[in-house]
Amino acid sequence: MGMTMSQKILAAHAGLDEVKAGQLIEAKLDMVLGNDVTSPVAINVFEENGATAVFDNTKIAMIMDHFTPNKDIKAATQVQQTRNFANKYDIKNYKDVGEMGIEHALLPEMGLVGPGCLCIGADSHTCTYGALGAFSTGVGSTDMAAGMISGKAWFKVPSAIKFNLVGKPQGCVSGKDVILHIIGKIGVDGALYKSMEFVGEGVKHLNIDDRLCIANMAIEAGAKNGIFPVDDVTREYCNGRYQGTPVEYTADEDAVYDEEYTIDLSELRPTVAFPHLPENTRTVDEIGENEVKIDQCVIGSCTNGRISDLRAAAAIFNGRKIAKNVRCIILPGTQKIWLQAMHEGLFDIFINAGAVVSTPTCGPCLGGHMGILAAGEKAISTTNRNFVGRMGHIDSEIYLASPAVAAASAVAGYIIDPEKL
Amino acid sequence: MNAKGKVHKFGDNVDTDVIIPARYLNTASHKELAAHCMEDIDKEFVNKVQTGDIMVAEKNFGCGSSREHAPIAIKASGVSCVIASTFARIFYRNAINIGLPILECDEAAKEIQAGDTVSVNFDTGVITDETTGKSYQAEPFPEFIQNIIRKGGLIKSIM
Repeated sequence: MGMTMSQKILAAHAGLDEVKAGQLIEAKLDMVLGNDVTSPVAINVFEENGATAVFDNTKIAMIMDHFTPNKDIKAATQVQQTRNFANKYDIKNYKDVGEMGIEHALLPEMGLVGPGCLCIGADSHTCTYGALGAFSTGVGSTDMAAGMISGKAWFKVPSAIKFNLVGKPQGCVSGKDVILHIIGKIGVDGALYKSMEFVGEGVKHLNIDDRLCIANMAIEAGAKNGIFPVDDVTREYCNGRYQGTPVEYTADEDAVYDEEYTIDLSELRPTVAFPHLPENTRTVDEIGENEVKIDQCVIGSCTNGRISDLRAAAAIFNGRKIAKNVRCIILPGTQKIWLQAMHEGLFDIFINAGAVVSTPTCGPCLGGHMGILAAGEKAISTTNRNFVGRMGHIDSEIYLASPAVAAASAVAGYIIDPEKL
Repeated sequence: MNAKGKVHKFGDNVDTDVIIPARYLNTASHKELAAHCMEDIDKEFVNKVQTGDIMVAEKNFGCGSSREHAPIAIKASGVSCVIASTFARIFYRNAINIGLPILECDEAAKEIQAGDTVSVNFDTGVITDETTGKSYQAEPFPEFIQNIIRKGGLIKSIM
């Protein structure tokens, strides 16, 4: 029986010729990731159990991104604990303010993940790296600790859902609209425990930032991982960047899928997820003028804080002003993206429109800092979750959208189709 | 191993942001996390919960963030077991890894009501609602996972 892309990567790392869905395996890891929230818990587990060495100090990344620059004394103490551990064990990829970026923007950019690699991260959006043809999945802190000690993790081999992408996205439709459309279609547990494999001739019309955004939100459909095949777009991005040896996997022709969907990208419309689940989607055509007035616009995060996202927002903001009483916060994903956006003149556009530009941080996405909502406030956000209380008060609301829709809505003061601005 | 306690009932898609809001993730203290467990879905939960109580929820329990703080907060609040129709996969791993017993049983998850007294036999996977007298059979864990549980969690199973 044939294997999926995900199954082939797992088999190779478990030293097996073949694996089947449901099989429990132990596999070797190429990268183990943690952040400033999850690393301290992993370090406690590591130390309480008497571990005295890490398996490979080049294959662990600790990225201080959630509450940094440290928002309060407790957050600072957690980063201090992680920094001390990283120094003690000479963790090569410990990244703090000045070098850090949002972890899932930073690891691909640094070339720490790439085609064919197997990565676990104590952060649910670790599934992002599937965009590069990697098997990458979110785990908890105990798994991170076990990974740091042994260089291995246990996996239940997932079955898969195939998404055959056809056609070319029209207008301002981006990767975010593709994944919101899919989550709206299959639900927040539509891919529970499974792989989401994105294939088909439509893939070539998605740039690397679109693919990273789509794979990033696989977890919002409950998936174990999201993955794309490697093509020229991937190779161009990874060549000279990926520090490992790229290995390209394609699914066998007789690979078995639980379900298959065909998504015509040319038919998709800008899509918004209404509170309080990413599956509550509507296209902009289904949202009335002035129906959803907004108080805040957030453009950034591991989902949409990359250079293409900032360019899409800038194209909307250029020569326009953000509506009165709307706060617009822009968070470039990494230092490099920050510099590039600055050199391209995007910051002039943002600031002239009335937005603020922050240092890279997860910040408001998880209600940490840099833009918390009061009771009754509504935000349009390019982040990935709109759960109750995610960005602040439990009576606030989050509407998830692409950078273009978020920027257009900031200008209008209510959620709007960018083409109607 | 067995558990017996009063039921706290929740619905579908209980996410880790309501189990333990991110504003409390600036600590890893089990006691501090437990003090805010379920705060954004049931403010009174921490005042009502007694040691040994059982949490019952419907589908996709623990979806969202990978924060292990979520099962830690539930366990440290005194909850002895979580029964759900399905669990989100990272929560499922985390619960096993830290030794919070969880059971998947759709029928039990749907029928058991808040306030019922429920007992669980972890060896057999039998869940008994002592208030209604009805019993349910949960899915048994695969041998591989039972081994992790027997050894007292993931780290002890690899060290």
